[in-house]
Amino acid sequence: MSRGRAVLASRVGLIVGSIALLEILCRTGVINPLTLLAPSQMAVAMVDLLASGKVTPDIERTFSTVAIAFALSVVVGTAAGAVLHAMPRLRRALDPLLASYYAVPFFVFYPVLVAFFGLNEMPLVAIGFAAAMVAMAISTLNGLDRVPPVLIKVARMHRLGRLRTLFLVVVPAAAASLMTGMKLALAYAFISIIAGEFILSGRGLGYQIAYAYNSFDNKTMYGLMLFVLLVATAMNSLLHMWEQRLLRRRARA
Amino acid sequence: MADALAGAAALPGAAAPAAHASLRGVTRVYPGAAPVHALGPIDLDLARGEFFSVVGPSGCGKSTLIDVQAGLAAPSAGEVMFEGKPVAGKVPDGIGVVFQEDASFPWLTVTDNIAFGLRRAGVDPAEVRRRVEYAIGFMGLRDFARAYPVQLSGGMRQRVCIARTLVLQPRLILLDEPFGALDQQTRLLMGDELLRLWRETRATVLLITHALDEAAMLSDRVGAMSARPGRFVDLLKTGWPRERDSSLVAEAGFGAITARLWSHLRAESLKAMGGAPP
Repeated sequence: MSRGRAVLASRVGLIVGSIALLEILCRTGVINPLTLLAPSQMAVAMVDLLASGKVTPDIERTFSTVAIAFALSVVVGTAAGAVLHAMPRLRRALDPLLASYYAVPFFVFYPVLVAFFGLNEMPLVAIGFAAAMVAMAISTLNGLDRVPPVLIKVARMHRLGRLRTLFLVVVPAAAASLMTGMKLALAYAFISIIAGEFILSGRGLGYQIAYAYNSFDNKTMYGLMLFVLLVATAMNSLLHMWEQRLLRRRARA
Repeated sequence: MADALAGAAALPGAAAPAAHASLRGVTRVYPGAAPVHALGPIDLDLARGEFFSVVGPSGCGKSTLIDVQAGLAAPSAGEVMFEGKPVAGKVPDGIGVVFQEDASFPWLTVTDNIAFGLRRAGVDPAEVRRRVEYAIGFMGLRDFARAYPVQLSGGMRQRVCIARTLVLQPRLILLDEPFGALDQQTRLLMGDELLRLWRETRATVLLITHALDEAAMLSDRVGAMSARPGRFVDLLKTGWPRERDSSLVAEAGFGAITARLWSHLRAESLKAMGGAPP
C-alpha cells in the first residue's frame, strides 16, 4: 500500500470508527436519545426529509443565497486584491483592516442591511459576501505576490500585451492561491449564511434547523444538520483536492 | 531539418548594418532617494553571428546590460540598437532572452512550455509541432516531452527555457547566467550544447556569466566589466575556430585567456567587496 493510500485508509478508518462508537453509545443507551440521535437514525431522518420534499424550498433558498454571495465575493475579492496589489500605498493603508477583518461580527449589521435591502435574501447575501470577500482579496494578494517576476519578463519577451500576460501568465501562476481563496470564501459564505438564517431569517436550512430545535423535533433537526455537514464537507473536499493538484504542480524543487 | 532553429539565415544579409546589435554611451541609473548608478557608460558592437561573453564581479550591472539590450529596461542615457533600429520600450522581434532563474511555466508540460511563444504568435500548428519536436530532440528532452517542470532537474528546466527561446528563431540570443545554478560538469556540457546551437542557428549570442572558464571556452570575444557602475575594462579576442567544444580547456591559450580575465576581475571583485587591491 502506498503512503497516500495508507493515509486515506487511516482517515476513513477514523471517521468510520467514530461513527460506529457513537452508534453503539446511542444504541446501548449510554447517550440519551433525546440528546443525540444515533448516526443511522440521523441518516434515515435525512433521507426521509429530502424524499418528502418538505425542505426543498429551504435548500434552494440557502444554496442560492450562498451561490450569489460566493460568486460576488470571488469577483469583487479578486478585483479588490488585484487593485491593492497594483497600489502599494493603498495596500499599506488598509493592511490593519485586512489583518483584523475576521474579528468583525458582521451579524450586528443585519438591522442596517434589512433597512437597506428590505426583508429578502439580500441582507444575508451581504453578510455572506462581507465574510467571504476579504478572504478572497487576501488570497489574491498572496497569489500575486508570489508570481515570480521572471515569468513577467518571459511574457514581455514574448511581447504579450497586458491582458494576455494576465490570463496566460499571472492567473495560472497565482491559480493555487486563488483556489485557496475560493475555498475559504465558500466556507465563510456557507457558515455565515447558515448562521444568519438560524438567528435572523424566516426561511432556509439554518432557519429550519432552529425551528426544529424549538419544536423538539430531533429527527428533523439532526437530519438537516447531517445534510448541511455532508454538503459542506463535500464542497470543501472537492475544492481542496483541486487546490492540492495545483499546488503539487507548482511546487518548485 | 536543421533549419528548424535557424533564424539568422532568413535575414537579408546585404542590407544589414555592420553591427548586429549595439550600445552607445548607455547608462542605467535606478532612481530613488539614493539613486544607484548600475551601469555604464557602455559602448559595445556585436557583429552578426558573434559569440560575445561578459564577465564581471557580482552586482556590476551584467543583468542590467541584458535587460537594456533586450528592451526589458530603458537606458537612462545612450542609445540601444538592434538590426539598425532603436530598441525602445519593448522587446523587438528577433531577440530571445534566457534568464538566470527558473523561468519555466510550472503549469505547462515541457512541450507546451516550448510551444508557448509560437502559439501566442499564431504560427501554423503543423509548423509549431515541427519546430517543437526538433527543439525537444536538440535539447535532449525527448523522454520528458509530457513531463511538468516540477518533475525535471534544474538543468533540464533550463534546457526547456532555452528551447522555448530557440523555437522563436531569435537572431540575437541574450543569456543571463543561464547555467549559474548548475554544477560544473553539467555547465561544461551545457556549454557544448550552447556552442552547437550557436553554430546551427547562426545567431548572435550575448552571454552573461560569472565563470571565467565558460567565457573563455565559448566566446569569440569576452568583455570584462568593472565593479559598479559596470564599464568594460577589457575586450579580449579569443581567436578560437568556429568549430569548438569544451576540450578547449586543455589548450595552452585557454589558460592565458582565463589568467588575463582574472587579473581584471580580481581587482574589480575586490573593489566590489569593498576592499582595495594589494
